[in-house]
Amino acid sequence: MRSQFWQLLSIQFKEFFREPGALFWSFVFPILMSLVLGMAFKEKPEIMQHAAVVLPANNDSSKLKNFLELHCTKIKNKINEYEFILDNKKLGKTNDRFFVRSREESDIMIKRGQASIILVEENGKVNYLFDPANSESRLAYITISGILSGKSYISNPDEIQTLERKGMRYIDFLIPGLLAMGIMSSCLWGICYSLIEKRSKKLLRRLVATPMKKSWFMITMFMSRFIFTLLETIALLVFAMLVFGVTMQGSWIAFVAIIISGSFFFMGLSILLGSRTANPQVGNGLVSSITMPMMLLSGIFFSYSNFPDFIIPIIKYLPLTLFVDSLRCIFNEGAGMSAVIFPFFILSITGIATFFAGLKIYKWN
Amino acid sequence: MISKAGSSQVVSAKNIFKSFKDVKALNGVNLEIQPSQYTAVLGPNGAGKTTLVEIIEGIQSPDSGEILLFGKHWKHNKEELHHLIGISLQETLFEDKLTVRETLKLFASFYKLTEKRVDEILEMVNLKEKHRSYVKHLSGGQRQKLALGIALINKPMLLILDEPTTGLDPTARREIWDILRGLKENQGTSMILTTHYMEEAETLCDQIVIMDKGKVLAQGTLEELISATNTNEIVQFKIIGQKTIPDFSNFKDVKEVHYDEVSAQFTLHVANTSEFLPVLIKYLNEIACKVSELRCRYVTLDDLFIHMTGRKLTDNTSGI
Repeated sequence: MRSQFWQLLSIQFKEFFREPGALFWSFVFPILMSLVLGMAFKEKPEIMQHAAVVLPANNDSSKLKNFLELHCTKIKNKINEYEFILDNKKLGKTNDRFFVRSREESDIMIKRGQASIILVEENGKVNYLFDPANSESRLAYITISGILSGKSYISNPDEIQTLERKGMRYIDFLIPGLLAMGIMSSCLWGICYSLIEKRSKKLLRRLVATPMKKSWFMITMFMSRFIFTLLETIALLVFAMLVFGVTMQGSWIAFVAIIISGSFFFMGLSILLGSRTANPQVGNGLVSSITMPMMLLSGIFFSYSNFPDFIIPIIKYLPLTLFVDSLRCIFNEGAGMSAVIFPFFILSITGIATFFAGLKIYKWN
Repeated sequence: MISKAGSSQVVSAKNIFKSFKDVKALNGVNLEIQPSQYTAVLGPNGAGKTTLVEIIEGIQSPDSGEILLFGKHWKHNKEELHHLIGISLQETLFEDKLTVRETLKLFASFYKLTEKRVDEILEMVNLKEKHRSYVKHLSGGQRQKLALGIALINKPMLLILDEPTTGLDPTARREIWDILRGLKENQGTSMILTTHYMEEAETLCDQIVIMDKGKVLAQGTLEELISATNTNEIVQFKIIGQKTIPDFSNFKDVKEVHYDEVSAQFTLHVANTSEFLPVLIKYLNEIACKVSELRCRYVTLDDLFIHMTGRKLTDNTSGI
């Protein structure tokens, strides 16, 4: 019969491939996510802007009323609702909707998020009421004020050139993010949570009451998880290359090195996090408390440059940010090993350190 | 008799103390187990049974005291002792999505055993037909048989089973008992079994250790324990109406009296039932006390436990 090393390794594979949930979250979910987001951002989305309009009491000579009746289209089956469509081949459609309401009703529309700006006409002058902190409202102001002053907000359409070169599209930004997120989730849930569950079932306690080599148990867990993360990475990569035409701009060696160092980091962290507790609910909280903030902050889906300036230096050094920035750098900017040597060492060394720290305090019973 | 590993005693535990925070789980426990002896450690939840067996299994260390298995300490002989013992922990859950055979093969690989041994175990624990079933599809009894099979896989000289039949129906329980009886007859294995079922201890074991609150209250064969109480016969009855409560303080044949007010039941330990019964009936007539459910029987382990602690073996306290 095969040795305990192969038995331990084979049960890891059997557990993984016999669990439909694990297969879905590891292989299907990242591909679905890339498909949905990739398609959504491939088409130029129609911009909708909603404005509440407060007309003066005597509105016979109202500038706004004239604009709505002469230049806008009445929305079917609606009273006092109009739309103005700006269509541009390069920018896509911008649809401005105007709702003629009282001042009180307009305020309620803002509070409910049904409108982003209020237009109030007083003494022949149109005032714009909105929150400048809201970027949607600011864009609505720029567009609508441009339309009302008789100018288009696109001063010269010919000067716009759309970037459709590979490496510059949203999908090129997204795929490295999804790869890094997949590896982080796979390692933390696959190792940390699985170890805690085995401890809570008293299986670890039963295993160490045999002549099983503890080191082989850990090594086979690591090896199998590393192979799973590689398979997940290859599956998503092949899908992105075939469906979206994503290409590798930089060095494959650097790419593989960063994948290995990122996997090492999250596997080491998993051992440390799963080293003591026997309560799966605590394990759930532990893993979520690590993965959720990094998923939000590290720019998986959108750039972290929109966060306030003071927090960006911290975000830049989060492990997931180091990992995903390095992948993007290789993938989209054509970087080689020298450009990512710092994150490579940081991730590898901290991964090894957390692994040994976890083993040191590891509770088998 | 000298065991294969070279010591005359399979287990020798001397003055074992173990505490968890403020709870004294073991309070000076002594225990000796001879080769081929089946020992039941009997006690209610919280008696310290699991802590004692986990110390014997090397899973926990005592705060003080000495524990030797086959004359050897756990400290420097872990590898060797792991090969000599087979254990079944309380409520171990094996991997759901592994089959019975795969689970046994995994544990067999730790002892460098062949697939032939896996087949032998499947036969021994009657799981041959289930060898391709996932663990998650097994019944409670089948899971316990798998745990027993894993404990037996390395042909252990000492088998340690922590409540192997708790929660099982009577049929499944008897099936496990049959396997254990067969093992004793054929392989001469020693066994420590914790239980709170008296029938299990009486049916399977040569030696009985009664524990409560971290202490060994009594240790010996069933006959030794019963004879130590001076009485081995019991007369039990319920009184009707409870207008007149009988008083047995002047009856010299009655060694011990227990009265349960809730069920209105008397339990009398007597030296000789046949001599005592006519006297009892005469006395009850004199005081005009009507009785029901009059029964005469021999002393059981449960009676012994009540005799020693004043409470029933199945009373629940916190589990240790």
